Amino acid sequence: MVPQTIAEVGGMGHSIKRKEDPRLIRGKGTYVDDIQLPGMVYMDIVRSPFAHAKIKSINSENALKVPGVLAVITGETLAQYNLHWMPTLMSDTQMVLPTEKVMYQAQEVAAVIASDRYAAADGVEAVEVEYDPLPVVVDPFKALQPDAPVLRTDKEGKKDNHIFHWEAGDNEGTNRAIDEADVVVKQDIYLPRIHVASIETCGCIADFDRVMGKLTVYMTTQAPHAVRTVFALVAGHVGLSEEKIRIISPDIGGGFGGKVPVYPGYVIAVAASVVLGKPIKWIEDRIENLQADSFARDYHITAELAAKKDGTMTGLRIKTLADHGYTDAAANPSKFPAGMFSICTGSYDFKHAFAEVDGVYTNKPPGGIAYRCSFRVTEAVHAIERMTDVLAHELKMDAADLRLKNFIPADKFPYKSALGWEYDSGNYHGALEKAMQKIGYAGLRKEQAEKRKAGELMGIGISSFTEIVGAGPSKHFDILGLKMFDSCEIRIHPTGKAIARFGTKSQGQGHETTYAQIIAEELGIPAAHIEIEEGDTDTAPYGLGTYASRSTPTAGAAGAMAARKIREKAKKIAAHLLEVAEGDLEWEPGKFSVKGAPQKAKTIQEIVFAAYTNHPPGMEPGLEAVSYYDPPNLTFPFGSYICVVDLDRGTGEVKIRRFVAVDDCGNIINPMIVDGQIHGGLTMGMAPALLEEISYDENGNVQGGSFMDYLLPTAVETPQWETDKTVTPSPHHPFGAKGVGESATVGAPPAIANAIVDALAHLEVRHIDIPITPEKVWKILKEKGVAL
Amino acid sequence: MIPAAFDYHAPNTLAEAMALLARYGEAAKVLSGGQSLLPLLKLRLGYADHLVDIGRVPGLEYIKEEDGYLKIGGATREVALERSDLIRSKYPILLDTALVIADPLVRNRATVGGNLAHGDPGNDHPATMLALGAEVVATSPKGERTIPIEKFFTGLFTTALKPDEILTAIKVPIPASRSGGAYVKLERKVGDLATAATAAQVTLGKNGEVERAGIGLTNAGPTPIKATQAENYLQGKKPDDTAITEAARLAAQATAPTVDRRGSVEYKREMARVLTARALTQAVQWAGGH
Ligand SMILES: Cc1cc2nc3c(=O)[nH]c(=O)nc-3n(C[C@H](O)[C@H](O)[C@H](O)COP(=O)(O)OP(=O)(O)OC[C@H]3O[C@@H](n4cnc5c(N)ncnc54)[C@H](O)[C@@H]3O)c2cc1C
Repeated sequence: MVPQTIAEVGGMGHSIKRKEDPRLIRGKGTYVDDIQLPGMVYMDIVRSPFAHAKIKSINSENALKVPGVLAVITGETLAQYNLHWMPTLMSDTQMVLPTEKVMYQAQEVAAVIASDRYAAADGVEAVEVEYDPLPVVVDPFKALQPDAPVLRTDKEGKKDNHIFHWEAGDNEGTNRAIDEADVVVKQDIYLPRIHVASIETCGCIADFDRVMGKLTVYMTTQAPHAVRTVFALVAGHVGLSEEKIRIISPDIGGGFGGKVPVYPGYVIAVAASVVLGKPIKWIEDRIENLQADSFARDYHITAELAAKKDGTMTGLRIKTLADHGYTDAAANPSKFPAGMFSICTGSYDFKHAFAEVDGVYTNKPPGGIAYRCSFRVTEAVHAIERMTDVLAHELKMDAADLRLKNFIPADKFPYKSALGWEYDSGNYHGALEKAMQKIGYAGLRKEQAEKRKAGELMGIGISSFTEIVGAGPSKHFDILGLKMFDSCEIRIHPTGKAIARFGTKSQGQGHETTYAQIIAEELGIPAAHIEIEEGDTDTAPYGLGTYASRSTPTAGAAGAMAARKIREKAKKIAAHLLEVAEGDLEWEPGKFSVKGAPQKAKTIQEIVFAAYTNHPPGMEPGLEAVSYYDPPNLTFPFGSYICVVDLDRGTGEVKIRRFVAVDDCGNIINPMIVDGQIHGGLTMGMAPALLEEISYDENGNVQGGSFMDYLLPTAVETPQWETDKTVTPSPHHPFGAKGVGESATVGAPPAIANAIVDALAHLEVRHIDIPITPEKVWKILKEKGVAL
Repeated sequence: MIPAAFDYHAPNTLAEAMALLARYGEAAKVLSGGQSLLPLLKLRLGYADHLVDIGRVPGLEYIKEEDGYLKIGGATREVALERSDLIRSKYPILLDTALVIADPLVRNRATVGGNLAHGDPGNDHPATMLALGAEVVATSPKGERTIPIEKFFTGLFTTALKPDEILTAIKVPIPASRSGGAYVKLERKVGDLATAATAAQVTLGKNGEVERAGIGLTNAGPTPIKATQAENYLQGKKPDDTAITEAARLAAQATAPTVDRRGSVEYKREMARVLTARALTQAVQWAGGH
C-alpha cells in the first residue's frame, strides 16, 4: 500500500520509529516494580508444596517474630470479609486464600506483609503449615472416571469433575460425510500446557487511602477498566465503589494473555492495604509466575478428517478434552466456553463439520488463557493443519496441492463457515503461492527426494492458517456482561497538537506509535505531535483492554471514527473561514481546499486554532471527540508459512534451515511494527513446537516450573525468519485493517511440526505431539532403525 | 528468590581469605563468580552464614604456560579463556568448552575454579580437565597441595577440597605435538547444562596410532566420569572409524545417568556414545590424523 500521507505526517503505511522506544530502550520505562510510594510495605506469598491437601493448621507465630514482619494474612482473615473466594470470568469460583484445602502445587496459602522484601521472604519461610495430603487427580481422562475423587467438594451436590460440554456444527451431517467418505484419517493430538512467561512477572501496588476512601492499584493488567469493574462487583459489599477505584496500568513487560486474569495475589494485596492502611507492593518471582499463574492450551484433541479420493475434504469431526485445572478461570471473553475453537475448519471449504469440547477439573493451576491467540485458535489451527498433512500422507498427495485444492476460493468471501463464522475476506491461494515461490518449493521437494536416497532426513512443512481476531461483536462477546467494544477520546490542542486516550493497554505492541499514525492518517496532524495515553482508568475512556489481537480492530477503529468526527467539525470551521459551503470543500490529508480553487485552503492547524480563537457563531468552541466502537464482525487475518528442517540422525536434534512467513493482515499501519510482531510471534510459535512444556508427575508436582526446565528460546535457538505479505483489506473495518499480533504464534507450530513429520513420513510416521524434542525424534529414529 | 541472611566478607589477600575460612569452617563458603552459589542461596536450596568473596584477592586470574604446564588461575573467568590467544591457538578443547558454558553474561563472571569446585557433574569443565589429565592446586593456611583431577570429584556436589582450602590454580600438562582435543555438548538450549557431553583429548604417535587418549563425560552420573576403559582400549590403536565406534560404546558403558527433563537413561547413554564418537573424530582431526 502506498502511504497517503507524507513522511513528516507519518500516517498509515509509514515505518516510523516507535515513540515508546527511546524510553524503553534506555531503561526509563516505568514498570510497576519501579514505582515507590511513601510508606510502602511488601507482600510475599506462602505456597503449597502439595497438589491436593487438607490444611490442618497455619501457625504464624514464628513468622510474626521475624524482624520487619507486620502481618500474616490467611484464608480465615479474608473469610471475615467474605473475600476468601472470588468469581472467575467463566462463572466458576476460585480461592483467594484457602480455608480448607489446597487444590494445586504452588497455590497461595498465606501472605506475609513486611517492611521490606527480605523480611517478607524470611517470614514466608517461617510460616508453619500442616497439611494432610489428599489423592491427586492429574490426568483429565482419569478425572472423568466414575471412581475419580471429586475435587470441587466446595460445590454442593457436585458428583464428578466435569465442568462443561460445548459443541458446534452439524453432528448428523458430519457423521454422514465421514461414513460416505473414500478416506477418513483419525489422529489424537495433544497441545500441552504452556506458559506465556513474559519478561515482566505479575505484580501490583495496592494503595488504599483511608481518608479519601479511595483505592489506587498500580498493576500489570492488560484490561484496567474491566478490572476496575470486577473489583467493584467483587468487593462492593465491603464498601468499594467504582468511582473510588482507580486502576493504573503502567509500562508492561509483555502480557500475551497472561495479564488478563485477576490473580489471588492482587486481591490479597488490596485486602491487606485496606486492613493495614498502607500501600502494599507484591511482585511475583519467576517461579511463582511459571507455577501458579494461568496456563495456556492443555487440549487433548481427537480429530477425524474425511475426504474423497481426489483429496476434496468433505467432513471434519473434532472431540476435545480440556484440562482446566481446579477451576475454570479461563480469560475467555467470548460467550463460548471453548472460545473460538470453532475456527477449526481453518482455510478449507467444508460442507460438514462438528466440534465438541468437554472441560475437566484436575489438581493443577487454573486457566487457561488466550496465549497470544484469541482463545483456543492455536489449538484449532494446530488440529486442522496437522490433519491436512495426515490426509496428504494418507493420499500420497503433496501437502501444498491438497491445500490449494481445498482452500476457500477468493471469490467466495464473505464466507460462512460450516461452524458458523462469517470470514470477512481472504485470498488463501495468493498467500500460499507466494510462500512457495519465495522458498523455492519445487526445488526443495527434489532435494528432499535426493536426500532420502542418501539416508538424510529433511522435511518441508506448510501451515496455511486462518485467524479470528478482534473480539468482538457484542452478539458473540462479553466479559461479565460488558460488551467488547473499545474506545478513543481525542483532544486537539489550540496549536494543532493532540492527545488521544484509549481503553486498551499496550504491553509492547507499540500503540503509542500506531494509534498516533491512525489519527495522523485521518487528520493530517503529524504522528509525532499526537500523544497517546492508555491504562489509567481515571483518565482514559472505558474499554475492554488489549488481548486477542483486538486493539487495532476495536480501539484502532474507534481512533479513526473519533478522528472522523473531528474532521467533520473541522470541515464546518473551514467552510466558515473560507466562506464557502461545506459541500464545496475537498479534503486531502492535512487540509481542506475549495473545489476548483486549490489555492483557497485551510490547513488543519489553521482550522484547529480557529476552533479556539474564531469559532463559527452557534458552534461550541474546542475540538474533541469520543468514539466507542462495537465492531460489526471479527477480522480474519491469514497466512501461509513454510518451514524446512534437517534432522540429526545421531541426536534427534531438529534444525530449522529456512522459514518463510507470508502474512495477510489487511491494510497495514506500520510495516516495521507488523514485521516485529511477526518475528516475535514466530519465535513464540517455535517455542511450544520444539521446547516449552509444563507437565505434572503423578503426584501433581510441576515439571518445568523454572527457567532451568521451562525452555524459553533465545536468539541462539531462533532461525532467520523470512517474512513477506499479501494485502487483503477487511471490508468492514474503518481502514481495512485486521489484527496481527497473534498470527505467527498461531501459524508457526503446525508448520514446524509438519516439517518434522514430513522428514519422517517415508518411514510411516504420521504424527508427533509437540514439543518435538530431540529425544522424541531419536526414539522414532531408533524404532525405525535409522538412528546412528 | 531472596536468600536467607548471610555475612559478606571481601578479603584483599589470600592470607586473609584463608584466615576467614579457617575461622568460620563449615559455616563459610568461598564466593567466586557466584553463578552457581548465588542461585542456590536465592532458591534457599543452600545456606551459608558467611560468604568469603575472593574477587579482590590478587594473583588468581591468569592463563600461562610455565614449567611444562598450562596454568590457569583459580579465579580466571570463563570469558578470559574465550579471549586468550594461547587457548584459541593451542587448546581447542578448552575453547570449545568455554564457548558452550552458559551464555556470555554468565561467562563474564563464572570462574574456571568455581566450575570445578562446585562439584556439579553437569558443569562442563570437569570433563575437559579429566580428558586433559589436569591437576588442581589447593591452598590452605597449612600450605599448598596438588590433587590429580581424577581424585578431585568425590560425590554429587562434593570435592576433595577441605573447608579451609581455596582452589588457587589448575595445571594442565602441555600436550605433546600431534595432540588435539574437542568438547561436544548436546544441550536443549543455550545456557542449559548438558543432556550429554564428551571431552576427548588425543595424542598421536609417529605412525598415527593413539599414544594417549583422555575422555571425560559430563552429566552422565553423580560425578564427572573418566571413561578409562575406552581410553585404554584406544591406546596403541589406529583411531579409525571402527576403533572410535568401539571406544564410544565403551564410554557409554561407563555412564550411570538418571532420568530428568533432559532425557531418559537410555537416551542419555546413547547420546554419550554418539557424542564420544563425534568428539574423538574431531580430536583426531585436530591432532593431524585422518
Ligand atoms: C544461567 C546459568 C547457566 C549455566 N550454564 C552452565 C553450563 O552450561 N555449563 C557449566 O559448566 N556451568 C554453567 N553454569 C554454571 C557457571 O558456569 C558457574 O558459575 C560455575 O560452574 C561456577 O563458577 P563460579 O565462579 O560462578 O562459582 P561460585 O558460584 O562462586 O561457586 C561455586 C561453588 O564453588 C566454590 N568455589 C568457587 N571458587 C572456589 C575456589 N577458588 N576455591 C574453593 N571453592 C570455590 C564455592 O564455594 C561454591 O560452593 C551456569 C550458570 C548459570 C547461572
